[in-house]
Amino acid sequence: MNGEPQPGGWVGRELPRKEDNRLLRGRGKFVDDIRLRDMLYLRFVRSPYAHAKVVRVDVSAAEAVPGVVCTLTGPEVAQQTQPFIEIGPDPFARIKDYPFAVSKARYQGEPVAAVIATSPHIADDAAELVQVEYEGLDAVVDAEHALEDKVLLHEDAGTNRVWRGVFEYGDMEKAFREAAHIVSIDHLHFHRFSSTPLENNAVIAHWDAKDEHIYYWCNNSFPSFAIQFLAAHLGIPIDRIRVQTFDIGGSFGIKITSYPQMAACALASKKAGGRPVKWIETRSEHNISSAHGNERTFRDTRVALDRNGVITGIASRHIDDCGAYPRYEPLGCVIWAQVFPGVYRFKNARIDFSQAVTNKCPVGPNRGYSRMQHLWFLERVIDICAHELGIPGDEMRLRNYIRPEEFPYTTPNGCVYDSGNYPKMLRVAKDRIGWDDWKRKQAAARQDGRLIGIGIGTTLDSGTNNFGQSQIVNPHAPFSGNSQGANCKLDIYGEVVVAVGSCPQGQGHETTAAQVVADVLNIHPDMITVRTGFDTERNVHTGASGTYASQFAVSGLSAVHGAAQKLKTEMKRLGAFLLETSEKNLEFGAGQQGPEIRRKDNGQAVNYWRLANVVNVNSAVLPAELYDVTLNCRYVWRAPFKVPDKEKKYGNLTLTYASQLHIAVVEIDRGIFVPRILDYVAVDDCGKVINPPIVEGQVYGATAHGIGAALMESCVYDSVGNMLTATFSDYTPITSMNMPAVKYAHIETPSPHSYSGAKGMGEGGAAPVHTISAALQDALFASGIIIQDSFNNGDSLYRAMVSKEICQADRLVKLEKRF
Amino acid sequence: MPENGKVAVRVKVNSKEYSREVEPRLLLVEFLREDLELCGTHIGCDTTYCGACTVLFNGAAVKSCTMFAVQADGAEITTVEGLERNGELHPIQKAFADCHGLQCGYCTPGMMLSALQLLSRVKNPDEKQIRRAIAGNTCRCTGYQNIFKAIEAAAESLGGSHQGG
Repeated sequence: MNGEPQPGGWVGRELPRKEDNRLLRGRGKFVDDIRLRDMLYLRFVRSPYAHAKVVRVDVSAAEAVPGVVCTLTGPEVAQQTQPFIEIGPDPFARIKDYPFAVSKARYQGEPVAAVIATSPHIADDAAELVQVEYEGLDAVVDAEHALEDKVLLHEDAGTNRVWRGVFEYGDMEKAFREAAHIVSIDHLHFHRFSSTPLENNAVIAHWDAKDEHIYYWCNNSFPSFAIQFLAAHLGIPIDRIRVQTFDIGGSFGIKITSYPQMAACALASKKAGGRPVKWIETRSEHNISSAHGNERTFRDTRVALDRNGVITGIASRHIDDCGAYPRYEPLGCVIWAQVFPGVYRFKNARIDFSQAVTNKCPVGPNRGYSRMQHLWFLERVIDICAHELGIPGDEMRLRNYIRPEEFPYTTPNGCVYDSGNYPKMLRVAKDRIGWDDWKRKQAAARQDGRLIGIGIGTTLDSGTNNFGQSQIVNPHAPFSGNSQGANCKLDIYGEVVVAVGSCPQGQGHETTAAQVVADVLNIHPDMITVRTGFDTERNVHTGASGTYASQFAVSGLSAVHGAAQKLKTEMKRLGAFLLETSEKNLEFGAGQQGPEIRRKDNGQAVNYWRLANVVNVNSAVLPAELYDVTLNCRYVWRAPFKVPDKEKKYGNLTLTYASQLHIAVVEIDRGIFVPRILDYVAVDDCGKVINPPIVEGQVYGATAHGIGAALMESCVYDSVGNMLTATFSDYTPITSMNMPAVKYAHIETPSPHSYSGAKGMGEGGAAPVHTISAALQDALFASGIIIQDSFNNGDSLYRAMVSKEICQADRLVKLEKRF
Repeated sequence: MPENGKVAVRVKVNSKEYSREVEPRLLLVEFLREDLELCGTHIGCDTTYCGACTVLFNGAAVKSCTMFAVQADGAEITTVEGLERNGELHPIQKAFADCHGLQCGYCTPGMMLSALQLLSRVKNPDEKQIRRAIAGNTCRCTGYQNIFKAIEAAAESLGGSHQGG
């Protein structure tokens, strides 16, 4: 579990990032910066309607514009391609998903046609001339309504229900029979939002007629997944699709599901005679039609508790809304179960989980994907039950947390939580924010009629997923485990070069990978080159490669570590031969001629140039027993998972469980009802920290996403499916003016499941969404208001507090005292 | 106006003179990126919200997506490419690196230029002034915390003497 001693100690150090030099000078290489010979530009024509038959598409006027090379429409694409693979089971797998609407559009912004022209402006102008005749259909924008199947999105499926399954563990009947208290909560709702990376989706596709290969330069963040969809859809061997990424301006998961647009660009390139086609998404297009996070409704929740407020059972019905097409779904129908009990000890639970399609933008795996919705639900349950039983929120949590001595902890559904110490995080957070002092100030402020709430959010960031959980949603899904590949080599001149199958978007993979290799070879990280970005041909990848699911510190760095160890083993054998000594008499380090291997006894050294020289261009000096030495070492790391029990929905779904605990102090303005954060603390535990500023930076970033989501950012649709927050000016991503100063602290409980003790931690588990809901709830319990939704702003709080249309406790929550 | 409908534009960008003929509708950011191939200036939105395209225009931070190239005729512009001197990072660039003030780096050029406008006007800005200075620059990675620190650090290293980009 613990690797060999690490002489350089680079892992764990504050080290400036390798990436910064180019990014700060304006020399980052983003997709839109690339210009190829004879390149064309694609503009989509999109449906203004959320649900409409596409009766006729007339592209003749557009095609007559000088500079327009060709157009694409749904029917011609459907003729040339297979529908995209569906991950879920029948009957929903019968739906037909293409890059374009074929006979009808199912969400506002769905592509109906595309214009390909010699300049972006010509493509824009000509797209305006495409005439589309629509026949409007009733739209269904609410998942619960969708489940009634009165309006069908996909006639081929015959239902709007993508998936349904019951996750039941323990003895529910006993838990409720013996409960001292039963709390019922009628309705809770987690809203739809997106982390909206600042760089929009971007694709250049070149379907080269000479070699029948498709070359992609793009910012997709899970290319191994994308090429599996693209190869089947386009009918081309997967090896003929090359995907390269370079610098990516954020993804947060949202760029995983750009494969339909990637397909459209390839088809456009083919139709244009093999000229490369560039598509740069606009912000409004991104907001309306790339991907949003999953929206979820929690119905008929019943919670059994003992006399002390310890939860003994939870029953609930969850309805997930995946928008018009299940493009990464229905994986979200099981991924939440990675954190089935959250940070709590209850053993008995029954969650009846359904997912529906609606006439809204398809969802994608947004930062905190599928788990944050469930964790928010559990945090609401904790606070509401605490209030009903008269127990303070902090005390309620301490009574219910999994205890530090219980790790590794097996959850009711078979997940193994590697390590953690939630009570300690609570102590640290309380100290850091001055809990007692704020409690006094809060009480005094109440006397003055001010509404201040103090809330706690405890969350999990489960990392390195077991794809075997896909078999829980579809027993025939051909996926399980997880893996990552890396390559470590000495190039011909002895340069240390590392390649890894991730697609970083700001997480500093080049830096942390170099730290790991530097420790293995006992040299400075500056002596190591880590290639930027992902490349199916030049770099190394497995079918699970990409950047998603909080895992680089585990899967990525384990692969890099493995490759570096392999290289070191070869270098030792070679060094022993060249220095005419035993391997035991060798040490690694850097000397006057750069990185080298030295004899311990007399200091005689051979540098990396010489090692690489004899292997690559001077091999006649080598004895035959060293012919297998290549100094070019590929290593594939595999997570030690089993296929889960599909019937019982039981098994380990994730390798590591980073945790965060946040506390917020929030005041609701009595005049305008806008919530304002007065104080904020974030405590993080991701096990062994590889690079402290990078970890801290990820915590701040995830905190901003969560605060933005809780108070400002919502994908709002009207009743007929018009998206009302389609621009940044309407969606209002959090700015420097809204982001509070965050107090940061961390604790370290090393993971026994990774070689270094590190846990993946990039997603952050949406702690602020839980925390701000908790703080608002704390402020409003006394007013008889239940924080029913994860999104709260001046408008919704006015409707709760003044017009009393929503969030009324007497309608939503009931307490049954049994004995 | 020439017969092809294009308009002549002369600008000085990063101390270098350029003369081009452009379509009147060409945005300044498109001109910088496509005509002058200065791709360090980025585009993140289409409603003047995000500030990824911020450049210094006669010393003032402007969003180059919200000006036409023709409006820049005769102007002096500084883009991110013009910050370094003989390969040495400008203090604002160094401060962003030292404080881990960037992650994906997409907002960073615009963020630094807005910060430079502030530092050219206010020697020792307080937190509120720093927050206001970058209110029009969206960052989706950092939560702004380390950007605030970077701007403070840059102010300190510039010693209040800096006069803009």
